Amino acid sequence: MTNIPIESIPVLGKNPLPPAWRKYFSFSTDHKVIGVQYLVTSFVFFLIGGLLSMVMRAELITPESDLVDRSLYNSMFTMHGTIMIFLWIFPSLLGLANFLVPLMIGARDMAFPRLNAVAFWMVPVFGILLMSSFFLPSGASQSGWWAYPPVSLQNPSGDLINGQVMWLLAVAISGVASIMGAVNFVTTIFKMRAPGMTFFRMPIFVWTVLSAQLIQLVGLPALTAGAVMLLLDLTLGTSFFNPEKGGNPLLYQHFFWFYSHPAVYVMVLPIFGVFSEILPVYARKPLFGYRVVAISSITISVVSLLVWVHHMFASGTPGWMRMFFMATTMCVAVPTGVKIFAWTATIWRGKLRMDTPMLFALGAILMFLFAGITGVMLGSVPFDIHVNNTYFVVGHFHYIVYGTITMGMFAALYHWFPKITGRMYYEGLGKLHFWLAFIGTNLNFFPMHPAGLMGMPRRVSSYDPEYAFWNVLASLGGFLLGMSTLPFILNMVSSWVQGKKAPANPWRAIGLEWLVSSPPPVENFEEIPVVIAEPYGYGKSEPLVSNAAAMTQEA
Amino acid sequence: MKLRTVLTLAAIAIPITLISLWMGQQAYSWMPPQASAESKLIDDLFSFLVILGTFIFLGVGGTIIYSIIFYRAGKYDFSDGPPIEGNVTLEVVWTIIPVFLVIWIAGYSYHVYSQMAIREPMEIVHLHNPMEMESAYAAPEKNLDTQENVTKGAPESAVVLPPEEIEVHSRQWVWEFRYPEQNVTSTELHLPVDRRVRLALQTEDVLHGFYIPAFRLKQDIIPNRTIDFEFTPIRIGKYRLEDSQFSGTYFAVMQADVLVESPDDYKQWLAQAANREPSAAYNQAASEYSRFSDKAIKPGWPTIVPAPAPLVNQPGATSLKTYSQ
Ligand code: HEM
Ligand SMILES: [Cu+2]
Repeated sequence: MTNIPIESIPVLGKNPLPPAWRKYFSFSTDHKVIGVQYLVTSFVFFLIGGLLSMVMRAELITPESDLVDRSLYNSMFTMHGTIMIFLWIFPSLLGLANFLVPLMIGARDMAFPRLNAVAFWMVPVFGILLMSSFFLPSGASQSGWWAYPPVSLQNPSGDLINGQVMWLLAVAISGVASIMGAVNFVTTIFKMRAPGMTFFRMPIFVWTVLSAQLIQLVGLPALTAGAVMLLLDLTLGTSFFNPEKGGNPLLYQHFFWFYSHPAVYVMVLPIFGVFSEILPVYARKPLFGYRVVAISSITISVVSLLVWVHHMFASGTPGWMRMFFMATTMCVAVPTGVKIFAWTATIWRGKLRMDTPMLFALGAILMFLFAGITGVMLGSVPFDIHVNNTYFVVGHFHYIVYGTITMGMFAALYHWFPKITGRMYYEGLGKLHFWLAFIGTNLNFFPMHPAGLMGMPRRVSSYDPEYAFWNVLASLGGFLLGMSTLPFILNMVSSWVQGKKAPANPWRAIGLEWLVSSPPPVENFEEIPVVIAEPYGYGKSEPLVSNAAAMTQEA
Repeated sequence: MKLRTVLTLAAIAIPITLISLWMGQQAYSWMPPQASAESKLIDDLFSFLVILGTFIFLGVGGTIIYSIIFYRAGKYDFSDGPPIEGNVTLEVVWTIIPVFLVIWIAGYSYHVYSQMAIREPMEIVHLHNPMEMESAYAAPEKNLDTQENVTKGAPESAVVLPPEEIEVHSRQWVWEFRYPEQNVTSTELHLPVDRRVRLALQTEDVLHGFYIPAFRLKQDIIPNRTIDFEFTPIRIGKYRLEDSQFSGTYFAVMQADVLVESPDDYKQWLAQAANREPSAAYNQAASEYSRFSDKAIKPGWPTIVPAPAPLVNQPGATSLKTYSQ
């Protein structure tokens, strides 16, 4: 109960006090505090997942298996993938959405603040649960982030509490937490919008969060059900997926990908939103085709529910099904392409200012363009039959998860850093971070494409010498990428402690969040704003709200 | 003004097209040798995808880079850009072009896939559609799409003989091949050149993936099922078979040599192997398991015990190119 006085202090004094760091360690129900809690927690896991990948790249710098034991290597790529998806990308996006969505739609908090806090605190719980499996005698899970049976059911230790069980529990808890988050976001966006904030006045970031969270509501029950059935097979000896007892391992693949393909859009859509917010600010132009971009987000969510079998083209999938899902996969490329064109048109003839957020956003869009092109290639069944489960796929999705999502997340963190902390970051360190990360990403992940085309399978800890050249390059890129986080950490910590004080709107940006002070006061708005314009009125000099003075009025 | 725009666009499009075509040619060299009839079809498709992909990447990426270079705000220029909010014609055009492109890609891919006729797993539904036609090489009928003979890339002999039938048995972590007619077993996969091959893929434990990069062909192997898989090797030589579906601790070493031989060499090999007494094959997984792990970092976690080395007529060389020493 110690949190009560800490929380209530800023409410009493109308002027927000300087952020008391202790509130970030308490069970706070303030969406902004929870947002920061998500961001910091997930970044810690990003570093842990990154360390695992450094060890993997060190193993792969030579063709022989000479650094780590094979079983340890297998658990490393399993944990790396799981941590990066469930403990970095998902929670960091939730952190961003938590901080921004109520501010952007003119609400004082989320619809269910307590549920919000509970959902957050489940993240460290399952994170620690997952990590602790490294210390079990049977070791951490070694079946990859897909956990395909029968390998995931093999349990050589015979222990009831083994790495795979812990992994499944963690994923199930994560699923429950995400469903709680999804209910909260969808309700907030539908019910808590300020007067005048119609759907077609919402910033694209809000649209993309809505699209992503709707996918979570539809898809997550499938993943959680699949995980629970696998858990039952593993612990109680049921036979859903166990072929030895007449179960069907392919059924699991359908459960898994029915959720996990849409999940990639859960991860990327909010980053599309970030691009759509950042480009107009630093190009001083309205977002091109605002309505089309908004609708294409929803279209992507719907179509993405119908393409999952493209992850199973080489599996026990009959030919007609391969052809059908090739067609749907091709469809999803269209709304995605439309977005890229819209961003390009947004910066065309703009007045560009290449500050760090803009650098990250444009770098990420270029890499997304590349990843989208290799994605369409993968959607072509005959070609995918060659490269499925090779490093080509690993290259494709790392251009997404690092090149697009993580770089986009950095763009967002720099852009909203003044709003979140009330301080400015150091531009020079930011640019250094960008260049190290941009070069590192390409050096790390581009060589995976030729290695995959030559036939190098993914998930191997040793490989034939002809793949060595590309792997050496990739490892060097990986180490560079590891280094690139250092200027970022230095920048964030030192700016937060001693950076220049930030004004309310350092970027001359349009948006409700930029009308309130930096950082925003508890409960955000003195008076709920009344919105009278579309979100990207750059070059039009029209007011966004009719009560600007009253909503930020200070006693 | 109008003419100038057209000329400028043409001046940009022509070099981009040329570069894309050139990249499409290069694409063949990024692939392993073309050792199966199917690999030719797939490489042509890939080359086509690279041409389109390069064109789009250069077109869109070039526009972005151009904007970054030429539309910078001056240091003290705090004005806004033109408030353009959209352009319906442009938006319609850039929706229709991708629609057209993906239909083209899907159509071409469909065509290639039906020409390959690799007999993918098909237990779920038995529709009579083009996807389930008989193998083009086994029965030289007409291709349903094109009404032309589909033996593109495969010489005449391929269509004369019935497909050579071979069983593929996979287990953690070794491949074993059985030639039922001669009752020969081997841990090397010997194949006759220019002749249709029909494999019966089976696994005794977990999922495995049958993948020969030089053939561009891959098929997961599923417990309790036998999956038919067909293709035509067309180039004599030695290739690698890799397990492509993660199968546990020693997944990385589950490889085998593939030897494509002339029909005579192949027959001779079969005859010799049939006369040889079965002996234990070299087994990388088992030998690593029995050896004390010499890795720098070893947790000592329990693992599935590798299946014992199979007794086969042709034990194969100890041919893994990489050892874990
Ligand atoms: C232009 C649209 C895209 C298409 C057509 C596409 C297509 C594909 C296909 C067919 C695969 C399966 C390849 C295989 O395993 O053989 C794949 C894998 C993957 N894609 Fe994409 N993709 C696209 C964009 C994206 C986006 C936007 C994301 C992320 C947000 C993404 C993330 C992934 C991931 C994570 C995997 C690999 C999962 C795994 O195997 O572990 N892709 N993509
Ligand atoms: Cu997918």
